[in-house]
Amino acid sequence: MDLAASLGLVAPEIVLSLSGLVLLLLAAWGGDKGARVISVAACVALGGAFALVAPSVCTGASGPDTVAFGGQFRADAFAGLAKLMIFAASGAVLVVAPRFFERLDSMRAEIPVLVLFAALGMSIMVSATDLVTLYIGLELNSLSAYVLAALLRNDERSAEAGLKYFVLGGLASGILLFGMSLTYGFAGTTNFGGIAVAVSDGLSIGQMFGLTFVLAGLAFKISAAPFHMWTPDVYEGAPTPVTMFFASAPKVAAIALLARVSLEAFGSQAGAWQQIVIFAALLSIVIGALGAIGQQNVKRLLAYSSINNVGFILIGLAAGTADGASAMLVYLAIYVVMTVGSFIAVLLMRDADGNAVEGISDLAGLSTTRPALAWCLMALMFSLAGIPPLFGFWGKFVVFQAAVEADLVALAAIGIAASVIGAFYYIKIVKVMFFDEPADTVKGAADTPHWALLAICALLISPLGYLLTGWLGSLADMAAASLALAF
Amino acid sequence: MGDFPILTAMLVVPLIGAIACLFLDAKPARMVALLATLIDLALGIVLWANFDIGGAQWQFTERANLFAGFEYALGIDGIALMLIMLSVFLMPICIGASWEAITKRVGEYMCAFLVMETLMIGVFAAQDIFLFYIFFEAGLIPMYLIIGVWGGQNRIYAAYKFFLYTLLGSVLMLIAMLWMVNFANGETSIPVLMETNFPAEAQTWLWLAFFASFAVKMPMWPVHTWLPDAHVQAPTAGSVILAGVLLKLGGYGFIRFSLPMFPDASADFGWLVWGLSMVAVVVTSLIALVQHDMKKLIAYSSVAHMAIVTVGLFAFNVQGLEGAMMVMLGHGLVSGALFLCVGVIYDRLHTREIDRYGGLSINMPAYAVLFMLFTMASVGLPGTSNFVGEFLSLAGIYQANSWVAFICTTGIILGAAYMLYLYRRICFGEQKNADAAAMPDLSVREWLLLGPIAAAVLWMGVYPESFLAPMRSDIQILDARLAAAAPEGDAHLEIGEGASAQEEHHEGEAH
Repeated sequence: MDLAASLGLVAPEIVLSLSGLVLLLLAAWGGDKGARVISVAACVALGGAFALVAPSVCTGASGPDTVAFGGQFRADAFAGLAKLMIFAASGAVLVVAPRFFERLDSMRAEIPVLVLFAALGMSIMVSATDLVTLYIGLELNSLSAYVLAALLRNDERSAEAGLKYFVLGGLASGILLFGMSLTYGFAGTTNFGGIAVAVSDGLSIGQMFGLTFVLAGLAFKISAAPFHMWTPDVYEGAPTPVTMFFASAPKVAAIALLARVSLEAFGSQAGAWQQIVIFAALLSIVIGALGAIGQQNVKRLLAYSSINNVGFILIGLAAGTADGASAMLVYLAIYVVMTVGSFIAVLLMRDADGNAVEGISDLAGLSTTRPALAWCLMALMFSLAGIPPLFGFWGKFVVFQAAVEADLVALAAIGIAASVIGAFYYIKIVKVMFFDEPADTVKGAADTPHWALLAICALLISPLGYLLTGWLGSLADMAAASLALAF
Repeated sequence: MGDFPILTAMLVVPLIGAIACLFLDAKPARMVALLATLIDLALGIVLWANFDIGGAQWQFTERANLFAGFEYALGIDGIALMLIMLSVFLMPICIGASWEAITKRVGEYMCAFLVMETLMIGVFAAQDIFLFYIFFEAGLIPMYLIIGVWGGQNRIYAAYKFFLYTLLGSVLMLIAMLWMVNFANGETSIPVLMETNFPAEAQTWLWLAFFASFAVKMPMWPVHTWLPDAHVQAPTAGSVILAGVLLKLGGYGFIRFSLPMFPDASADFGWLVWGLSMVAVVVTSLIALVQHDMKKLIAYSSVAHMAIVTVGLFAFNVQGLEGAMMVMLGHGLVSGALFLCVGVIYDRLHTREIDRYGGLSINMPAYAVLFMLFTMASVGLPGTSNFVGEFLSLAGIYQANSWVAFICTTGIILGAAYMLYLYRRICFGEQKNADAAAMPDLSVREWLLLGPIAAAVLWMGVYPESFLAPMRSDIQILDARLAAAAPEGDAHLEIGEGASAQEEHHEGEAH
């Protein structure tokens, strides 16, 4: 394949890198005054990349035409759908971030640039078909994320979050690199296609170790139990728009990446990684549910909720089929909407002076003081708990359907029974908002972009969302079909 | 009727009302809610009038391919028709019961009730297994809010218990449904699945998964403990809808899913259902006997009545099935009416303590008469609705197992004991409490609530054919489906050798 065709396939990434670099220069010379303009420009860049990716998703691009740079990179429909989610979530972050940081007087011009580079890194991650490309994308995303977590320099919690994220993220990268080097050593190649050929007649001990370390490193990135410990602290400490970013886009990227490594590179050895994924899935569901019960802080609670949700997504992966991958993508799409919606609701929690409040007890009686916010948050909570007729149920439905079709009935039964534990804390939030006497702390006025985004999220997860099931399902099916499954 | 999608209309009317109520003040919200429920009642009457008895099994079917993975498919048979009628009949009464009792957040309250109505009709009308699940499960949300926001003192505990208990019961059912659909090559239509023969070994655990859900909803002993809490803490109308319709979801589930889809497993597990039902009848009746709280007493009596339903269902014969349906309908009316009767005096004195009342027949004669009627109906007096159902159920189970019938019949005697004891303490005796003695008799609004139920109770008792006729053919189809698996009865009748004609002739002469 010639260079021109390859460059054509990475057009969205090129748009993102060039605009990132230009905006970085503007930020360096223009200072923080132009932060808002840079935010808007970054949004436009993300929109452009979104538009460039969309056709490949709608047509279900797959096959050798989507391979760029000699097998380093693939712009197929699977990567495309993940990219759409990543760009949309990053765009939502850019819409809410300036207002949050301006209130704290720390809106800096590099914020949108960092988000842009993080999005670029994720975009490379989901398209990676080589361990080296994978690592470059992952690190580009991680380095931007470390800085974003520590953005509020005067806030101890933010600095702590940044440091924790950096140290533990570095450890995870180390584990991942170790696994990659073992894989390279025992498979003789870093290319996914090559690995698939090398492992097609059984895993050697070294390859098995390599696979295990790679999965452990990636489990860190998606905050699946037992590698979840950093999540609550980082989510609580990081500025709320940044937490919203961490909980949405990088999850999509890392899970898509995990799916590609498992299904493409090690697809013929499904039995080997299935056990690990099932273990991580069930443990994440249980730990995410139990850990959330005692929490007093909404952001910490949502952190555990995201661990819990990752568990359900992994059930789709554990199925090890194209249906499972498709179910996973559907769940991810719904999960991104629910997460963005929940964090916007958290952003709307402000006291009379405009300071953010994050305690669950501050939500008391919200249904009488701020009914619209309370009803939206209630819908989001029931949706996260997977109670029909809200759309969150559909995500759980498809992953469990995939698991049952793959004959993993026991896994599905245990997983869904454990989801009841999770329902407990979601309905606790509803209880605080609807049953308790008003605490009347949440008073601050909100602005239109927040409400608009919240309304979009609420509308998507409302029963009306079911009208999208056909469309979303067929996109996800095409995306899953484009994965070069090595069966 | 033409092609008017009447079932969809019945779903949409309360839904529109619910959305409207959310944005309205107290007064208009009450009017909108009443109007929406009355329109639904009118539609329900049209539905019944146009139901072709003896016609196709599934009528008023609608189908639209709106979703992936499942279909928007509605349709009813006679069984569903009767339960829908029960729901739409009780709904305006519930709204009326909340007219004055609910003063805070009226719009949201009415919204929750109307959503509830949509979901209940949806459950009974759904012809797609996943559509059924969505309606079935969605009822948790409005009921959680109704108990939690407008309930009594211990409402939060009760709301949690209700939600988590019923959720845990039903999630496993979803996995079983997914397995069934996968087995049937993606077929999600309930009528088709009802005729699918699932392998016997799979039926066992499928049946158990469904049982976990329906037993909690029913509720069967020992998973009934959410019910007394939820009942006591819910507002009056909440209790009416809970006892009147929500408890019927479990029985409906058994008759629609467990029995026709897993006949072999149902027969294998018959002893389990019988055993639990026998314990439930005796134990919960005895518990009801010692209650001091009126609502709790009626709640425990509901558990006992539902046990009669389950033995009727698992008697595997026509009498039993018809009886179970009639108990469900009768109990829906009678327990609803009893909760309304409690509500009437609770609104005046704000206590459910039985000892705080007494001698009400003196100052509230009209109330005493209606309360007596419903008490007798609950006991199962001939001429009232519950007699028909209980008699048929017990006659049905007698054919299957006379010991079960014997023990369950004690429930009727115990039922008479606790209901009459309750009635005596409230309506008869001395007027020992001055405030209770000063309570005014029924208002016009309360007459309008209790009168129609009283009429329906008597109608069902005197001429049950109106209610049995639409269900007859459906029950026969179900009975035919169950015939192969039905367990043998324990009454081994030996037909004696009749005396020869000559001998008889001789004997005749001897006299």
